[in-house]
Amino acid sequence: MRRAPQHALEDAAQWTKCPKCSTMLYRPDLAKNLFVCTTCNHHFRMHAFDRISMLIDANFTEIGDEVVPGDPLGWTDKTSYTQKLDRDREKSKLTEGVVCGFASIGDIPVALGVMDFNFRGGTMGTVVGERLARLFEGARERKLPLVTCTASGGARMEEGMLALMQMAKTTVALQRFRDEGGCAITVLTDPTTGGVSASFAFQADVLVAEARASIGFAGRRVIEQTIRQKLPDNFQTAEFLLEHGAIDTVVERRDLRALLTRLLDYAVGERRSPQPAAANGRATSGASS
Amino acid sequence: MNAIVERERGLIELEERIADLKAHAADRPVDLTAEIAVLEQKYAQIQREIFGHLTPWQRVNMARHPKRPLGSAYIAALDQFDELHGDRHFGDDPAIVGGFAKLRGRRIVAIAQDKGVDTKEKVHRNFGMPRPEGYRKVRRLVRLAGHLGLPVVTFVDTSGADPGIVSEERAQSEAIAQSIAAFAEVPVPIVATVIGEGGSGGALALALADHVTMLEHSVYSVASPEGCAAILWGDAGKAEEAAARLRLTSDDLLGFGIIDEIVPEPLGGAHRDPRGTIDHVLSSIDAALTRLASIPAGELRARRYDKFRRIGTPA
Repeated sequence: MRRAPQHALEDAAQWTKCPKCSTMLYRPDLAKNLFVCTTCNHHFRMHAFDRISMLIDANFTEIGDEVVPGDPLGWTDKTSYTQKLDRDREKSKLTEGVVCGFASIGDIPVALGVMDFNFRGGTMGTVVGERLARLFEGARERKLPLVTCTASGGARMEEGMLALMQMAKTTVALQRFRDEGGCAITVLTDPTTGGVSASFAFQADVLVAEARASIGFAGRRVIEQTIRQKLPDNFQTAEFLLEHGAIDTVVERRDLRALLTRLLDYAVGERRSPQPAAANGRATSGASS
Repeated sequence: MNAIVERERGLIELEERIADLKAHAADRPVDLTAEIAVLEQKYAQIQREIFGHLTPWQRVNMARHPKRPLGSAYIAALDQFDELHGDRHFGDDPAIVGGFAKLRGRRIVAIAQDKGVDTKEKVHRNFGMPRPEGYRKVRRLVRLAGHLGLPVVTFVDTSGADPGIVSEERAQSEAIAQSIAAFAEVPVPIVATVIGEGGSGGALALALADHVTMLEHSVYSVASPEGCAAILWGDAGKAEEAAARLRLTSDDLLGFGIIDEIVPEPLGGAHRDPRGTIDHVLSSIDAALTRLASIPAGELRARRYDKFRRIGTPA
């Protein structure tokens, strides 16, 4: 049985305010409603493990979690990069900005990667790039379809060019996977921009966006500063992208799992392979971060 | 004001004085040879002081120097060039110049980003910031090169991909992503040279190459120093501080294994000898193409995979 997402991030406060309509929401109810506001339908950003437990059937075998951050540039500004990483690790209960592994969705085995905006804005540095590349390679070896849920501010500044080169790394790994017949599905969630949207995210075969998610290349502020005028409210929303032909479909969160199940069925049909063995991975169940 | 232009000013005055003295030396009774020699010595000393060691921020300014040779100058220096226009879907982006060419007798597909020389041309070329149709033209030309078995040669010089409304409407992310993917897939040799600014994903979209070269004082960065400062500290004015931390110089990137070669510039920068600099760059590309030509297509792609798969792998 699938477990309901249950706040991977423990929070003392039982109530939280919807940033959109300001309704006070009881947190357990919010979790049960897949972190969607019961009043205005606002989709909250989700913790990676909450999203994983919302999508998968039962078991999740994590890979790449042993790849942990270093500080390749020795970056320091107000605080050191290492301190920023420690702080985010504490805050997010994650070791880095993406969680990767194997699971099944609607009884179809998949390789699943989920980014988390709570960890340095979901930015892609060397660890995120390496974990994703291993996931794409794992999907290729096991002949599994791939689902990647993105949430990212782009490349991680504190790792400089090494971060930018993760766009190249994820690209070569994803293209080899696709060359050998692999099907990649990207779920674009709020927000997805910069180096992530401009690499593996938009190289997928099918592009799904969560309703009202903000998706684009340049950040909204950058554009406003460049053109010196306010942008319309719907600019860079999932719906805006759909209207301009940039993505395949927009989905409400409550329908996401069912949609992915159907898409995966089209992608693999009868070729679905047996549940992969838990080789060199850590098996977890549901939202046990 | 460009920091290098500012520093050059005194030097250029001195240069003019020397030229002046030399011109007048002939028709004057007094011997000025000694005086000229002293000035020339002083000139060389100042030049070494100013340009012998450049800080990262000074290199950013050198890469943006108004007289630095641009993409079109490199294209013009090829033996032969026939431009191919358009992305076949929407339009033709003048920020990207590409087409069939010959380099030292070798047939290639050449693609350059170009910022434009004067104001009118800069506006026409959108200051070298490609729009989605530009990246889609790149993808088309790279695939064409693959189809015909011609090597791809790119010249990278952009502050970044265009961040405007129309670019978002036409899916800039997708255009860049697919351009990068085309470079990953194409079964022919690719040589990329950063000749000025290598600005973020907008530069990488032309630089997933078997051999990546940088001109000595060009820069290649995850974001422009202004952009990085704005993102991290909410203040684009702190660009110089960001430049100092980003490790965006050619030496830094050679050290990280992100680039393969540095082509030296004349003291004072590429614009002090554009023709010589361009010739050095073209020779380095020619040599790289000769080395890559002997590698079978399958192995070429496998090596490219390994190269980019390895970069920045955490210990």
